[in-house]
Amino acid sequence: MFRNQYDTDVTTWSPAGRLFQVEYAMEAVKQGSAAIGLRSKTHVVLACVNKAQSELSSHQRKIFKVDDHIGVAIAGLTADGRVLSRYMRSECINYSFTYESPLPVGRLVVQLADKAQVCTQRSWKRPYGVGLLVAGLDESGAHLYYNCPSGNYFEYQAFAIGSRSQAAKTYLERRFESFNDSSRDELVKDALIAVRETLQGETLKSSICTVAVVGINEDGTNEPFHILDQDAVQKLIDAFEIVKEPATEAPAAAEPEGADGAGASDAAQDPPAPAAADEGAAPMEI
Amino acid sequence: MSRFSPYDNNGGSCVAIAGADYCVIASDTRMSTGYNILTRDHSKIYKLADKCILASSGFQADMKALQKLLAARHLIYQHQHNKQMSCPAMGQLLSNTLYYKRFFPYYTFNVLGGLDNEGKGCVYTYDAVGSYERVGYSAQGSGSVLIMPFLDNQLKSPSPLLLPAQDAVTPLSQSEAIDLVKTCFASATERDIHTGDNLEIVVLNAGGVHREFMPLRRD
Repeated sequence: MFRNQYDTDVTTWSPAGRLFQVEYAMEAVKQGSAAIGLRSKTHVVLACVNKAQSELSSHQRKIFKVDDHIGVAIAGLTADGRVLSRYMRSECINYSFTYESPLPVGRLVVQLADKAQVCTQRSWKRPYGVGLLVAGLDESGAHLYYNCPSGNYFEYQAFAIGSRSQAAKTYLERRFESFNDSSRDELVKDALIAVRETLQGETLKSSICTVAVVGINEDGTNEPFHILDQDAVQKLIDAFEIVKEPATEAPAAAEPEGADGAGASDAAQDPPAPAAADEGAAPMEI
Repeated sequence: MSRFSPYDNNGGSCVAIAGADYCVIASDTRMSTGYNILTRDHSKIYKLADKCILASSGFQADMKALQKLLAARHLIYQHQHNKQMSCPAMGQLLSNTLYYKRFFPYYTFNVLGGLDNEGKGCVYTYDAVGSYERVGYSAQGSGSVLIMPFLDNQLKSPSPLLLPAQDAVTPLSQSEAIDLVKTCFASATERDIHTGDNLEIVVLNAGGVHREFMPLRRD
């Protein structure tokens, strides 16, 4: 995308019928670190890569709990994401105060989309520079939506946004047909594998990713939206990295997965001590 | 012609007693209006946070509105601070919320019970417009005039003027406190027409929340 004479204002159309400022805002989403979401009939999992500005700083929070039944993962300008999360939380609280019942996810994403649209039609505003993956549960089941800065929103079975998200999307496209019937644990495993795809060779550790789940358990009780504990995530990572060798990923996996698995486990085993000392000590974890 | 009154008194009594590491909050479950009973089975106790329980008597519509407001404020606090509100914090919030409506008050007489930041029992007692104080025990509601003198007799903490300074906490064991509460209500039920039916007792301690019921006279 190159600079042109129609991109100064969000209120200026280009001759081809495009709003460049809005498209530039969507570019901001692509610059953020990856966020991935997938859903089954009963659960939704969000996972994201935590990039820290430097070794001295803490990781940015990219996953926010909005209510017991809704959570959101963001990519792009995290400040905008924080503000929108606060808006979503406030909407949920107001709705349940008035109606004594949880806000349906579909309603919330529409409100969010309308809010984003306003910023594409005011000369004194700018579009929000953040993409949101909204995961939620309501009477009609589990849902995953993507809200973009343009004010559009779509429902997905699985999606990935942010930098290097194409690698994750390729993996998800291969596997998405089975997600609807996946168990909660299989879904989390798929999310972690998708996150690993975006890392392009870097070792997957629980200190650089965050995973959150919301869903309905088999016995009918709700699993409220919560972020999984780092140790639990590391155990899951260890479980499937080891299992890589017997190639239980046979149906969808084949060669590419096998090669990746071998590469990843080699990298993991080669310098275990020095890597752990450098990166294991999570700096300034909030 | 009598003016429309926005208030009504639905009666009932609430008590809370703070112990060294527990807090007992109790209230009857009778809801009345005038000389009539609306229901024998209405709880006046509401859990606001893990370590904080509110018991209110008075006008139940205002009580419900107050509970909802505080619960919503607590959610906002949790989103902002990533933790539950402590009982002293909730105590201040309740006071501010009540005073906010100083010129059209919540007709509620509240007692807040829970564990403070050190795990000791704490009880805060309020008037309708938010004046509050941390005490070792308190009673509010229609039966409070009967219960309070009895609690004073059994539990009176030494005067705050005494030296050395003494805790506002009762030196009773948890089961003794529960028995005391049962006695209070059994007596109040005898003489207060608005108190009776069933007694709901909630105990808050390090192990969590425990709830029990005791039938009271239904006349």
